[in-house]
Amino acid sequence: MSLLLQDVTKSYREPGGRVLPVLSIEKYELVQGEQAVLVGSSGGGKTTLLNIISGILLPDSGKVVIDGRNIVEMPEAIRDRYRAIRIGIVFQTFNLLPAFTALENVLLGMSFSGRKVDRPFAENLLQRVGLAHRLNHSPSKMSVGEQQRVAVARALANKPVLLLADEPTANVDSDNQSLILNLIRDTCRENNVTLLMVTHSPEVAGAFSRVDRLRDFNRVVAGRKQEVSK
Amino acid sequence: MNLFTIAWKSVRQRRLASGLTALSIALGVMLMVLVLVISGAVEQAFGQRSIGYQLLVGPKGSDLQLVLSAVYRIQPPIENLPYMYYEQLKKDRRVQVAVPLAFGDVTEVGGFPIVGTTAEYFEHPYAPERKFRMRGKQIVQLFDAIVGAEVARFNNWDVGSQFSIKHGGADSEDVHDEKFTVVAVLEATGTANDRTVFLNLEGFYAIEGHEKPIDEAEKRLRDFYASEPDVLDNAIAQLEEYRRHQAESASAPEDHAHEHEKTPVAMKEVTAILVRTRSDFDAINLQSDLKKGFQAMAVNPIAPINRLMTNVLGNVQKALVVLTGMIILVSGISIFVSIYNSMSDRKKEIGIMRALGAQRTSVFAIVLAESAVLCFGGGVIGWLLGHGIAVVASPTVSMKTGLLLNPWAVNPWEFVLFPVMLILAVLVGFLPGMTAYKTNVADALQS
Ligand SMILES: Nc1ncnc2c1ncn2[C@@H]1O[C@H](COP(=O)(O)OP(=O)(O)OP(=O)(O)O)[C@@H](O)[C@H]1O
Ligand SMILES: [Mg+2]
Repeated sequence: MSLLLQDVTKSYREPGGRVLPVLSIEKYELVQGEQAVLVGSSGGGKTTLLNIISGILLPDSGKVVIDGRNIVEMPEAIRDRYRAIRIGIVFQTFNLLPAFTALENVLLGMSFSGRKVDRPFAENLLQRVGLAHRLNHSPSKMSVGEQQRVAVARALANKPVLLLADEPTANVDSDNQSLILNLIRDTCRENNVTLLMVTHSPEVAGAFSRVDRLRDFNRVVAGRKQEVSK
Repeated sequence: MNLFTIAWKSVRQRRLASGLTALSIALGVMLMVLVLVISGAVEQAFGQRSIGYQLLVGPKGSDLQLVLSAVYRIQPPIENLPYMYYEQLKKDRRVQVAVPLAFGDVTEVGGFPIVGTTAEYFEHPYAPERKFRMRGKQIVQLFDAIVGAEVARFNNWDVGSQFSIKHGGADSEDVHDEKFTVVAVLEATGTANDRTVFLNLEGFYAIEGHEKPIDEAEKRLRDFYASEPDVLDNAIAQLEEYRRHQAESASAPEDHAHEHEKTPVAMKEVTAILVRTRSDFDAINLQSDLKKGFQAMAVNPIAPINRLMTNVLGNVQKALVVLTGMIILVSGISIFVSIYNSMSDRKKEIGIMRALGAQRTSVFAIVLAESAVLCFGGGVIGWLLGHGIAVVASPTVSMKTGLLLNPWAVNPWEFVLFPVMLILAVLVGFLPGMTAYKTNVADALQS
């Protein structure tokens, strides 16, 4: 088992001082190598959940166990390093660093892991996402599809056990959508990486055998928030 | 990829802003270096605080100007004394030694000041208990010259070298025909003598154009000796004789040198006279006598300089250092503003790095490294610029002012500059670094 959430709760404090409960999850589990898609209404807490899993956000209570270790209890510095090594993240908006070339973006992911930077591996990853000829291009000179492929390569740079993807195809056209989707799924399968992907697209969700609805395991009533969100 | 490479990339990403802020630091440091180079030169020029004579006698006027030209060889003299006055002074019973000095030109190469004097100058101590030491022999021939250690080093001259001189200072392109020969090189003294070329006083007069136009000379003599009719009569007689001679030679041209030899004493001038009196009392006595008259003045050679240094130059120097320090500080603030402003744009970048697993301390260090790159890079560029400008400007500066810049001499304060730049970098980078440190990753990613 590579991911286990137990009794996880999270609420935000709004500017007015009101407390906004977002998540209350008794148990959520993914086994090593599993691929799941997470769907749910906007504002339901999907991004919040991914942030808690990656250790970017801490839950108010509960355990987040990745690869056998509860990251909630780790000191922050250790958790950051753990994230660098065990977790790959692909964002909706790619989030490449504009000052760095495609290759450097991938190397950058490696350099925070505290391990030796493996340049041939980074080049190999970019080659596998079909960008062998664009290693030294700046992200700003690439198409959105290419940018997202760089982001996928970067997420895999440290050979993570868990890949989190937050609507990775929301900003690309339909050709690129299936390309990137397949890329993510194939590389995860090849490397036995657990995949959790958030999507709003029924088409994307339909391709997965495991589809998790947030409201099915989140005890916070999402509807309460509906009028405030977009 | 280490933190410095990452910092460097993001500096490059904002080339223009980074370039401008680094430039402002560079200019500040450049000014600081120039101030230090110049004040080093000033300090060296005025390093001599005592001379081997009690009095310096020159025409009435500014005592400071007299000392600047006669001792420090920095300013050209305004007015001269008649050579006849030097002869009179020498006969004064209070005077033990009187050495004439005549200034005018500079060397063609290096722009070193030229001083006409007599062998006596080298026989007496230039400072209390310090005698000249030289390699070579005394000035005897008309075109013999003795050069200071710095002159010899700079021009690569040695005993036997020949040179010509330029007329009337730096602006002039007018090179005299006469060739002088170095007969001796002085050992370094740490005084203005090191950068002076000494000529035989007679040789100095022999240079074309070093005698006053005859009418001007007459006017000056009439003023100077208004109360000494017999001296005046003698002088005027000489001038008349000379006028007659010139008229003759105009009809029957003779050769140059011959003409020179006939220059009458009345037409010769000296710029200053170094005087050693028989006693300190005589010095005071002579000084106050001259004060009563209208012909000349005697000054204690060093007092005006000490006054200038302590009252003016020292403070100006301090003020300049403080001012350039403030310029650097202001540049530091501009770097701070630039980095701090960029932080809001970079909130997302920092969020991404943190999401990729970067530690809080790492993003803090990256911002600090950026500030260090800008401060240090700017500092090094400014340091090179400062010394570079000193190299380029030093010939002009020494010709115009007589100050010898040593462009690559590193002032001890410059060693302080770099730790200071480091502290500045830390100060400048600290707050933006803390902003990076405290970045809320989840928020930053959403922005
Ligand atoms: N920092 C925050 N402070 C306060 N409220 C927040 C904060 N971040 C998120 N929220 C609120 O928490 C709720 C869940 O947000 P989240 O971004 O997790 O939703 P989501 O399911 O990812 O929505 P979407 O599908 O639109 O991306 C939303 O109502 C949002 O407004
Ligand atoms: Mg979301």
